[in-house]
Amino acid sequence: MSKEKKMKLSLPTEELVGSGNLACQGCGATLAMRYFLKALGPKTVLCIPACCWSVIDGPYPYSCLGVPVHHSAFETAASTATGVKAGLQMTGDNETTVVAWGGDGGTFDIGLQALSGAAERNDDIIYVCYDNEAYMNTGIQRSSATPLGAWTTTTPVKFFKDQPKKDIDAIMAAHRIPYQATASISYPEDVYKKAKKAKDVKGTRFLHIYAPCPTGWKSRPEDTIKLGRMVVQNCIFPLFEVEHGEKYTLTMKPANKKPIDDYLKLQGRFRHLKPETIKVMQEAVDHEWTRLLKLCENR
Amino acid sequence: MKKVIMGNHALSYGAMLARSQVIAAYPITPQTQVVELLSEMCADGTLDAKFIKVESEHSAMAACIGASAAGARAFTATSAQGLALMHEMLHWAAGERVPVVMGNVNRAMAPGWTIWADQNDSLSQRDTGWMQYYCASNQEVVDTVLQAFKVSEALSIPSMVILDAFALSHTYEVVDIPEAAKVDAYLPPFRPLYKLTPSDPRAFGGLTSPEHYMELRYKLQKDMEKAPALIEATGREFEKIFGRYLGLVDPYLCEDAEIILVTSGTAGYTARVAVDAMRAAGTKVGNLRIKVFRPFPFEAVRKYTAAAKKIAVVDRNISYGHHGIFSQELKSAVYGHADGKPVFGFIAGLGGRDITPASFKEVVDYAIAHEQPEAEIVWIGAKI
Repeated sequence: MSKEKKMKLSLPTEELVGSGNLACQGCGATLAMRYFLKALGPKTVLCIPACCWSVIDGPYPYSCLGVPVHHSAFETAASTATGVKAGLQMTGDNETTVVAWGGDGGTFDIGLQALSGAAERNDDIIYVCYDNEAYMNTGIQRSSATPLGAWTTTTPVKFFKDQPKKDIDAIMAAHRIPYQATASISYPEDVYKKAKKAKDVKGTRFLHIYAPCPTGWKSRPEDTIKLGRMVVQNCIFPLFEVEHGEKYTLTMKPANKKPIDDYLKLQGRFRHLKPETIKVMQEAVDHEWTRLLKLCENR
Repeated sequence: MKKVIMGNHALSYGAMLARSQVIAAYPITPQTQVVELLSEMCADGTLDAKFIKVESEHSAMAACIGASAAGARAFTATSAQGLALMHEMLHWAAGERVPVVMGNVNRAMAPGWTIWADQNDSLSQRDTGWMQYYCASNQEVVDTVLQAFKVSEALSIPSMVILDAFALSHTYEVVDIPEAAKVDAYLPPFRPLYKLTPSDPRAFGGLTSPEHYMELRYKLQKDMEKAPALIEATGREFEKIFGRYLGLVDPYLCEDAEIILVTSGTAGYTARVAVDAMRAAGTKVGNLRIKVFRPFPFEAVRKYTAAAKKIAVVDRNISYGHHGIFSQELKSAVYGHADGKPVFGFIAGLGGRDITPASFKEVVDYAIAHEQPEAEIVWIGAKI
């Protein structure tokens, strides 16, 4: 008898994100949820502020998620999650993981105060920011997570965004939370591993997941995975972990750091950029990358 | 057990006796003692609750909503600017149908910066879908917190228990602290129909199309309409156990009164002193203190004003460009029921200016001297 060859599965087959959801084609945010929930499992409560996921989940009375969902006001992901955790504990459920799941607008901008409050108190929640780098749900307006150079409907090509992306990871590290990590949907096993790790830590945990958005980035849906990989390999969005705000660990070191050009070319939001702007952007990426490497070495 | 306590501590005792399980609060003058005592109670084990020291009132209400959705009894307290900051979440709590109970110390809105009493903070929240109880004594504050939880949990509608800044919040009165075992009998543990639990995963508050939204709001209104009868029933049940009735309104010498003074909050008790003096001088005047503002007690207001010739409403609040808010509410309640009886609208005591028995004498004298009010608003005690 010939020996049957089977591919070893690197992720559990259980799906907590159902079909029929309202995501756009090639949505990175949906993949982020899918991999994250594979790690967290059914004993999870999600608190979702206004963001793409308030729509993706499906309209009332439907939900595509196999876990309880609490839709919350835009700036309340963290504070609602804190309340839910306290409520569960006071009614005898100490097991369920409570997760705040917000986009970059709800995290970097309007929800930052509540997130900072929860992190300072070290409330026992996981905060996940799926980052598609603009207010996509309202129709592609710039957020403080939008990168320098990008077009959005509020940063037209003549006045493209001329400030760099807010360094949310440094802000969270400054809170000395026990665990935080960046992840990209193009590395599912890494998302899974970090989500699992976060689940087993007590206190405030923060995951920053890079989630390409073909609709807002004017990219092709079939390029979503490619973009999520390129952004790590060109070090625009490096993958790393931070423990207690001090111990930085690089979790993916690109063998050959790629230039950012090819990544920019795949996205209509960067089409207007002139070579001199791209040069400035490349220098900024190099600078941040060197800074991060130093942080990882100095641990 | 009788204790001499301040109004703010009456809120704390109410929240403690109700066995609140999650408290999320942010300090604001003149509410601070409410949460100071509660944090002590949590620290020394008098109260088994999680106290979340949030970074804003907005987060306080968000956390209370989350806790309540998870099945826990949740309480908070605030005042003025804090309540205004919560505004979005007040709609959220009522829309989500979570029975959070909140103490609000009536403080005037800035600017100019002020910490003194008027009702514009809570009355600005009129249309958020919360029940509102305006208290006139520290005893009523403790008792009403317990009743508010009972009614809120039965109807899945949040409640605000309201007391005047300083006139009540910082005033010490003798309060008969209800016995814990009796409170437990009156107010059993919170058992919501639906809650956030992995064993029964549901989505709360998701995207709702025009196909469904209106019915959700219809249901909220229909349940709000059940509240007056339920407040009276739970008030009588409370009376059976504790000997104090908690009703929608509190009438004083209204039966044969020719002029009814309509008040709310602590001004109600001041009005009674004035009523006694004016009665002694031969003026047939009575006082109707409106305790529950939402739901508005239409029937009770019509009943107690039916025999009077004139109604004089004293508002410690104003809807700019309109009337005092109780005044406009009262007119809408008696419209078609009052046979053209005049309703005089007075505004007094904004920003903590004292409302004294002399203020009420001035009000009644004006109502006696005029067949109809000469202006939409008659100002009392204003330097104009």
